[in-house]
Parts: sequence; C-alpha cells; structure tokens
Amino acid sequence: MKDVAPSIILKVVCRRLVPFVQIFGLYVIMHGHSSPGGGFQGGVILASSVMLLVLCDGLEPVQRRFSVAMATAATSTGVLLYAGVGVLSLLLGANYLDYGILPGAEPRSLGMLVIEVGVGITVTGALVSIFYDLLGFE
Amino acid sequence: MNIHQSATPILIVIVPLITSFILPLLGWRHRRLVFPVSVLALLCSFGLSLVLAGRVLNVGPVEYFMGGWEPPWGIAFYVDHLAVLMLLLLTFVTLLVAIYSKKSILKEAPDQEVPFYSLYLILVSGLTGLVSTADMFNLYVFLEITSISCYALVSLGRGVAVVSAFRYVILGTVGAAFYLLSVGYLYSVTGSLNMTDLARILPGLYESNAVLVGFAFFVIGISLKMALFPMHAWLPGAYTNAPSAVSALVAGTTTKVAAYVLARVMFFVFEPSFSVETFPVTTVLSWMAAVAMILGSVMAIVQSDLKRMLAYSSIAQIGYIVLGIGLANGMGFTGGILHLVNHAFMKCCLFLVAGAIVYQTGRREIHTFRNLSRKMPLTTAAFTICAFGMIGLPPTGGFFSKVYLILGAIDGEQWVFVGVILVSSVLAIGYLANVVRYMYLTADEDEIATEMTVSSHGEPDREKVPLTMLVPMLILAAGVILLGLFNGVVVSQFIDPAIPIGLPR
Amino acid sequence: MLEFIIGHFNNATYIMLMMIGFYAMIGKTNLVKKLVGMNIFQWSIILFVVSLSAKRDATIPIVFGSHSSGSPAHLDASSYVNPLPHVLMLTAIVVGVATTGVALALLLRIYRRYGTLEEDELLKRIRSSG
Repeated sequence: MKDVAPSIILKVVCRRLVPFVQIFGLYVIMHGHSSPGGGFQGGVILASSVMLLVLCDGLEPVQRRFSVAMATAATSTGVLLYAGVGVLSLLLGANYLDYGILPGAEPRSLGMLVIEVGVGITVTGALVSIFYDLLGFE
Repeated sequence: MNIHQSATPILIVIVPLITSFILPLLGWRHRRLVFPVSVLALLCSFGLSLVLAGRVLNVGPVEYFMGGWEPPWGIAFYVDHLAVLMLLLLTFVTLLVAIYSKKSILKEAPDQEVPFYSLYLILVSGLTGLVSTADMFNLYVFLEITSISCYALVSLGRGVAVVSAFRYVILGTVGAAFYLLSVGYLYSVTGSLNMTDLARILPGLYESNAVLVGFAFFVIGISLKMALFPMHAWLPGAYTNAPSAVSALVAGTTTKVAAYVLARVMFFVFEPSFSVETFPVTTVLSWMAAVAMILGSVMAIVQSDLKRMLAYSSIAQIGYIVLGIGLANGMGFTGGILHLVNHAFMKCCLFLVAGAIVYQTGRREIHTFRNLSRKMPLTTAAFTICAFGMIGLPPTGGFFSKVYLILGAIDGEQWVFVGVILVSSVLAIGYLANVVRYMYLTADEDEIATEMTVSSHGEPDREKVPLTMLVPMLILAAGVILLGLFNGVVVSQFIDPAIPIGLPR
Repeated sequence: MLEFIIGHFNNATYIMLMMIGFYAMIGKTNLVKKLVGMNIFQWSIILFVVSLSAKRDATIPIVFGSHSSGSPAHLDASSYVNPLPHVLMLTAIVVGVATTGVALALLLRIYRRYGTLEEDELLKRIRSSG
C-alpha cells in the first residue's frame, strides 16, 4: 500500500463520495425502526466510508482523524449506551429494556432509536478496528 | 411450587457485561484498576447468585420477562433448581480462577491484561445467561458469546495456541450453526421459540420429519460444543496450549454448560419418552459416551505432557456426564449432574495446579516432576486430593457421583455400562497415580547432590507460588471433599426437585 | 422425485451450499479456504431460515403511514411476510461477522509467527520450531 500512488480519479471521486455515504449511513441508522435498516446495517455503511477513505488516501492520514484508540472507545461507548437504556428502565421501575416507561411522547420509539444509535456506534468502531488490524500487518 | 418474578437473573448477566465494556475505557489510563474492578464484578455476580439460590430453594422457580413482554412473544428467563445449581457453580469457579489469574497471566501473556479481563467478563456473562434463559434463540446468542470469547482467550497462549484456537473456531462454529439450524426447523413447525411453549406444542408433532431432523441437528451441534467422542478433535489442542488460567476456566465451565443445554432440551423441551422410544438418541449417546470414557482414559495414559493428559482425561469425564444423561432414569440423571458439578471443581483445580507448577518451575513433562512434593507441598497435596476424586475414592465427591451412575446403569439393566464405568475408573488410576508417584518419589542420589550445590546459593526451596494462586487451588480442593461429604444436601435440595417429569425414578 | 426437489427448493439450495462449504472446510489445505468454507456453511443456514418466512403474494412487513394517522384499524397478517425469521437471522449474521473477524485475526497471527498458511507446511514448521 505504501509504494503505489493512488490515481487522481480515485482520490477525487472518493473524496466527493464519502460525505454522501456517511449521510446515507446515518439515515439507515435513524430509520431502522420504521423501514428497512437499523443499527447494524448503518454501522457497516459508516465503517465502509472510513475504508473508502483509507483506500484513496492511505492509512496514516485517516488514522490521524479516526485513530485505533477512538475505534476501541467507540466500541465500548455504543454498548454502554445500549446497556444504559436498559439499566435506566430498571431504575425507573420496569423490567430491563422495557421502553414503555421512558419519558417522552413516544417512549418505545425513543428507546429503539437510542439503542439503534448505540449499535451503530459499536459496529462502526468494531469493523474499523478489524480493518486497521488487517492492514497494519506488513 | 409457585413461580414468581425477580430481577436477580438479569442482574447476574448484566453486571459482568457492563463491567467488561467499561474496562477498555478504564484500562487506558489506570491499568492497575482492571484486576480489582473485574474481581468486584464477579464477586457481585456470585453474591447475587447466592441470593437467587436462597429464593429458589425457599419459594420456587424464578421468572423474568425481558422488556416486559410476556412469553411467547418476548424473551423469558426461567431459573429453576437445576439452573440455580449451575449458576452457583459457574460464578464460584469463575471468581476463583479470576483471582488465580492475576499473577499467572502476568507471566504467560504479558501486557494483555485489559483484553484478557474484558474477554473473561464477557465469557462469564455469556455462561450465566446461557443457563438462565428460556428462549431457544437467546440460548444460541449466549452460546456464541461464550464461544467467541473462548476462541479469543485460548489464542492468548504460547506459540501453537493460535493454530489450536483456529481449529476450535472452525469446529465450534459448525456446532453452533447446527444448533441454529435445529432452532430454524423447530420454529418452522411450531411457530414458537419459548421453551415452555415448545414443551406444550411439540408432543402432538413428534411424527413430523422437521422435528426429527431438528432434534438430530441439535444433538450433533451440542456434541461438537461438548467435545463428545467422535467430535472431540479440537479439545486436546485448545486445552494444552491455552494459558493455564484459561485452560482451567474452559475445562471447568464451557463443556459443562453444553452438557446442561443437552439435558435441558432433551428432557424439558422434548419429553424424555421422545428421546428413548420415538427417536432412540439416548442409546446412541450412551454408546458414544462409553467409547469416550474408554478411549479418553487410554489416550491419557500415554501422554507425557501434564496438560495434554488432563485434556484427554476431560474427554473421558465428559463421557461420564453424557452417560448419566443418556441412561434416562432418575439415578442416572442425578449421577450425571452430580458428576458435572464434581468434575468442574476437580478438573479446574488440576489445571490450576498445572499452571502453578509451570509458574514456579517452568516444567510441563510428567517425568520431570520428581521430588516436587518437597518444593511445593501444598500444591501437590491439592493435586492428590483431586486425583483421588477423579479416580473415585471416598470421601471425595467423585465417589458418590460414580455410585449414582452405577446405580442408574443397574436400574436400566445396562450391564455393559456398569463394566465400562468400572474399567474407566481403573484406567484413571493408571494416568493419575503415575503423576502422584512421581511427585512424591524421592529423587536419585546424584540429582540430590546437584540440587544441594544449586540451592546453596540461597535459592529458597519453599513454596514460591504466590498467595493469589495458592488460595483458589486450596479452596477448590477443599470443595471437592466438601461436595463428597455433603452430596446428600446437593442431591436432595437441587437435583431431586429438578428431575424431569417422565423420567422413571 | 424432481417435483419433490422443486417443491422444496429452499431445502435443496441450502443443502447444496452447505455441502460445498463442508467440502471446502475438509478438502482444502489452505487455512483461508477453510475459513471461506465455514462462511459459506453458516450463510447457507441463514439463507434457509430466512426462506422460511416467505409467503405467496405477500409484501414487506412494514405498515406505511401509521405514525401520522395512528394505528390502522384492521391488519391482515397473511399479506405481510413473517418478520421474525428476518430479525433472528440478522442477529445470526452479526454473530457470523464476529466469528469471521476473530478467525481472520487468528490467521494474521499464524502468518506472522509461522510465515505460511498452508496446513501441511504449517504442521512441518510447528514440529520443527515448537
């Protein structure tokens, strides 16, 4: 990967494409509870946007922005968000992961949204860290 | 026997899970806090399972609905006497091995404490969830959580461990995929995933092909996870090359919960009469178990590496447990479950002793263990107690579980299996008494002379094993004897109320 | 016989894929090909369970417009595809991805340590070094 110069077409197209891929990934995460999609699918799309950047720019510039430590922290944070919603339900008196007791107008929708976001963050972090490991091997 | 609700089962599963994801964030800055926090989480789990045991024994089985949805639409947790026995066993053993692993992991897998303890806690939450759940697909999820963390933990050992872990990955995934297929078949016929619901719907469907195929795939898949002969190929490599704490953990827990799942689905979801008459799986299982018992013991005798010998001995002991399940009567079931508990204690302690010997002397071959009892008196005493338990001498627990198994075989009029149990116990003397003999045998004259010149440099010949490694071994060895003396309590309080309906007593 | 296979098309497909995966796991000597075989094996089972949810003339199991207008009065369950196998298999796919990730990391470590991924060559190097 170090001694092949990426072509100019690849660089330009990838740079233009990556924001759209990320917006689409966020859209898939947010709309998981009422249309096809969800946390895992959106997380994979977000991770693939990082991989696209690595393909066109090389490993070092991307690792400066989204480092290995950040990927590991993302993995933990997402799961803690998911478990946190469950523990919040426990503390408010209902069963674990019972969204009906959360505050708000549509509590079940809110609970599912927070959980999908958590899953999305975890999956992004996990897949990006797997990718970095596979690439860091020389 | 009234079923009531309580949040304790889910807390036992969540506390290690949440802690394990806090550990990478914590271990970044404060590496030294990783060990105390993990032990604290495991202590919480153990305390909660004691509370749960008290409640189940006094009042009755405990139920919990995840998310407030009632079964069969939601996932339910159902903890009865058998499940609470397994919970106590698992939380206790994992707590002791975690205390042991503090120094042992520093030596065998240096700089890997944060991943080790994170994976360890995920493994514990997977194990406890596996025995508490009452939903077939949730069981698959917890089974895979357990297995994946096991694959990663096994690979932390010395050089060849990665190859053994890879073989374990391939074979373990095949087993889990077969289990998934069986859940798919059962769902396609009944439309439900809850165990109590399946037990209600299935008896009318025993003739259908899908149920038969589903059951067959289930038995094969679980046998792969359990390392029942002939699907044991991954076990010797994984147990031998993993770090010692991981070998003890995997030997004491993962194969046991797979046997528990087999008993749970065969006798509680399907009626016992299905496995015995309609689709005679119990005959096949008993014969495979018998072959495992003989072959495992024979292979263990010829080994020269201590951990490899213990691994083949595990294959033989899994045969005992499956034989107890396969005999399909009350005595056999009691013997199988009692042997499950006893063997978890004994094999875990034996692997911990092997790790202590490696820690202090760096030696793994049995013929180099001469005179070890002088240098490590307490460790070799623990080994001897557990060896007596494996052979089956009173008053250790191993004697009583074998008595129940023999009574079960006599009840079922299977004289061949009585013979197999006795022969296998005699073979156990072959491989275990050999090690004990080497350890207590005095060395030759010239060996004593060379050791005198070396030790005159001031090298202490007292026990150098640190306290955090010594105390868990001694507790487990004491537990082996206590389980023998109090086996009546265990049987009458935990196992007798849990004998499945339909099994002849 | 042919009608039986065509009638149970999903069974025939998944059994064929499963056997291909099995052959790759057992017959090939390269470890990466064994991993690919294990993947094909798992994915065939997931395909089978998803195929159990199909119904004739049924549409995707999403009720449109219920957010704004409240829940619709009458829902005909047989015109929607059964969503439960889809959800279960989503979890199974994630489990498969995690297992593949672990296996790839293990293959990486094997290559770094022994320099080869062919099984017979690997066994020779293990015997000579370990």
